[in-house]
Amino acid sequence: MALSRLSSRSNIISRPLSAAFRRSISTDTTPITIETSLPFTAHLCDPPSRSVESSTQELLSFFRTMALMRRMEIAADSLYKAKLIRGFCHLYDGQEAVAIGMEAAITKKDAIITAYRDHCIFLGRGGSLYEVFAELMGRQDGCSRGKGGSMHFYKKDSSFYGGHGIVGAQVPLGCGIAFAQKYSKEEAVTFAMYGDGAANQGQLFEALNISALWDLPSILVCENNHYGMGTAEWRAAKSPSYYKRGDYVPGLKVDGMDAFAVKQACKFAKEHALKNGPIILEMDTYRYHGHSMSDPGSTYRTRDEISGVRQERDPIERIKKLVLSHDLATEKELKDMEKEIRKEVDDAIAKAKDCPMPEPSELFTNVYVKGFGTESFGADRKEVKAALP
Amino acid sequence: MAARIHGGAGAGAATALSTFNPKKLVAPSRTNLPAARSSKRCIVAGGGSDASKSLSVRHSQKLIASAAVATKAETSATTGTGHELLLFEALQEGLEEEMDRDPHVCVMGEDVGHYGGSYKVTKGLADKFGDLRVLDTPICENAFTGMGIGAAMTGLRPVIEGMNMGFLLLAFNQISNNCGMLHYTSGGQFTIPVVIRGPGGVGRQLGAEHSQRLESYFQSIPGIQMVACSTPYNAKGLMKAAIRSENPVILFEHVLLYNLKEKIPDEEYICNLEEAEMVRPGEHITILTYSRMRYHVMQAAKTLVNKGYDPEVIDIRSLKPFDLYTIGNSVKKTHRVLIVEECMRTGGIGASLTAAINENFHDYLDAPVMCLSSQDVPTPYAGTLEEWTVVQPAQIVTAVEQLCQ
Repeated sequence: MALSRLSSRSNIISRPLSAAFRRSISTDTTPITIETSLPFTAHLCDPPSRSVESSTQELLSFFRTMALMRRMEIAADSLYKAKLIRGFCHLYDGQEAVAIGMEAAITKKDAIITAYRDHCIFLGRGGSLYEVFAELMGRQDGCSRGKGGSMHFYKKDSSFYGGHGIVGAQVPLGCGIAFAQKYSKEEAVTFAMYGDGAANQGQLFEALNISALWDLPSILVCENNHYGMGTAEWRAAKSPSYYKRGDYVPGLKVDGMDAFAVKQACKFAKEHALKNGPIILEMDTYRYHGHSMSDPGSTYRTRDEISGVRQERDPIERIKKLVLSHDLATEKELKDMEKEIRKEVDDAIAKAKDCPMPEPSELFTNVYVKGFGTESFGADRKEVKAALP
Repeated sequence: MAARIHGGAGAGAATALSTFNPKKLVAPSRTNLPAARSSKRCIVAGGGSDASKSLSVRHSQKLIASAAVATKAETSATTGTGHELLLFEALQEGLEEEMDRDPHVCVMGEDVGHYGGSYKVTKGLADKFGDLRVLDTPICENAFTGMGIGAAMTGLRPVIEGMNMGFLLLAFNQISNNCGMLHYTSGGQFTIPVVIRGPGGVGRQLGAEHSQRLESYFQSIPGIQMVACSTPYNAKGLMKAAIRSENPVILFEHVLLYNLKEKIPDEEYICNLEEAEMVRPGEHITILTYSRMRYHVMQAAKTLVNKGYDPEVIDIRSLKPFDLYTIGNSVKKTHRVLIVEECMRTGGIGASLTAAINENFHDYLDAPVMCLSSQDVPTPYAGTLEEWTVVQPAQIVTAVEQLCQ
């Protein structure tokens, strides 16, 4: 792998890391060029270059945020087993590179909409750990006030449109957001994410047809972790080349475990979508956990396969190796960083556990938005005992 | 007071059917019903104190149609102002005015743009507003309803047209899970100010799949509002109100009512989404109805008046939530309720309304609530059979006579 050497390194102490660091970590935006590990495979377009522009700060922040995401998901696993999180909990560990790489390539004006595996994407969009854990445990300070749960994280001010439980239904919504972006002439795009299982939904192709017809700036991102719950992709799809499924729409296949490849692909896709309409990105990624917490994840795949991927393709290990080989931090500093992250996550969990459950009156709030500014009498006037019928 | 509530309803329908003599049936006229409307002239500022109360408050808001007494339309007609148009033109006028007023309003549906709309509701809009605001979609209800909802999440106000309400069954997931629930599951972050509209109901031998009444399927979805228009006046008013509302609203139109002619005011007005309309105040019995059945009821009312009865006819308009205030006041006055609807008997709007009235106004009822609905069958093609699936005026008269014994 050809790695360019750093020309200089400043000695400024980085962000809020503990002062226990003996050696300072560079935080300047000294550019680094990184080669993606695999080339891109393209359909109906020219693939972007394998050399990705990055910086030392970005490299370290990738490591930190991905480690945070990983730690958060593992903590959610333990919370679920302790019955503090109930219902459905779909964990994203193994796929962090997709969330991180995408965030690095776009702004908060670009919209992201995804399915139920949304904890890390919410974090990437600027959500806080406290909001995540509070929502997972159904407390009132959660991002959806405790009324959404694991599958319904939203953050309107960062254009994160959630968080959807029904497989595939978020893709037409995403194309609708792209339509609104085109209608309001914002120079922004929408990333509509879905999985390899959802790729077989009809509404995807319907939405893709309309997007291509109307030249909407929508980017369909297929996070191909090769299993639709318990069904392997070769058992569910006749054509496993999800990036080619668009037929008349260009596509790009990306190594989804390489955060820089994801970043490059998303940057390329954004430029493409703003000019030429929709494009499909297929992220070749993997999830270590099962589909959700009720799925052990080992009945349809071997443990060897899981540990094999973990050893060879783990996204955090890859970044770690890059950081170490570029001499940006020592092993010890990275371990300290991980310890600090663990503490951060534990603190957030403790704070979330202290948060109260929602008030009973919250049951009826946010069902409707009241009125349109004038006085209108609804059916819930005082004389009648009936509540919402 | 017999406790045979459900039995009553069933027996009533059975009796009605057995006395039903197709030979004596007067073919229900559907278009241009000035004759039906003349019965409204025997008005009273009826309704009691609530009408005046609501009038005084609402005068401060000139836009809200005052007191939802249908005769208000008459007043403007008799004073000479106003213009006459057909119901689909009224819908178009309402839509056009809202699109002029707010650049965020857009229309999407099949053939709404260049073709002008399959029922001409969107005629001329594409020429005026362009292709980006009046969008011809391909035939994919699931996707374009989803797209409308996604656009609404960002602040646009799409009006989604289903060419026939029955086609919206394909978009049921989007309407139920995304449209109705997103405001709640996001903790209030997103509002979905979308209007979903289209013609439904039993037409003229359109066949089973094109004669569906979806109000019963959608009524349980939390978070949406449902309204049904029945006259050009309330069609325009409800369309405007639905577009301005921050909640998702489903506006049910009826295939056979598009050519109704009425004179509507020139000045701008909006109808209250959650309010029922007093069509004909009366003393003996409350007849609750909506959409096309209003005209069957008014026709039956003519016969009933000749026989000496004084029915109070209320067009409930708001199917979700029910305007239990107006309905309650009426029940307290007449003590008898007959519901006439075009929905199926099982799980229809009438079934919910019966339950709501029994729960809330049981003490005021002198007789069990009777509900006349369509038969639980797919609508047949043959004209005679199709007539028998729907409630006819003769059955309404029989039911009233039975209830008022």
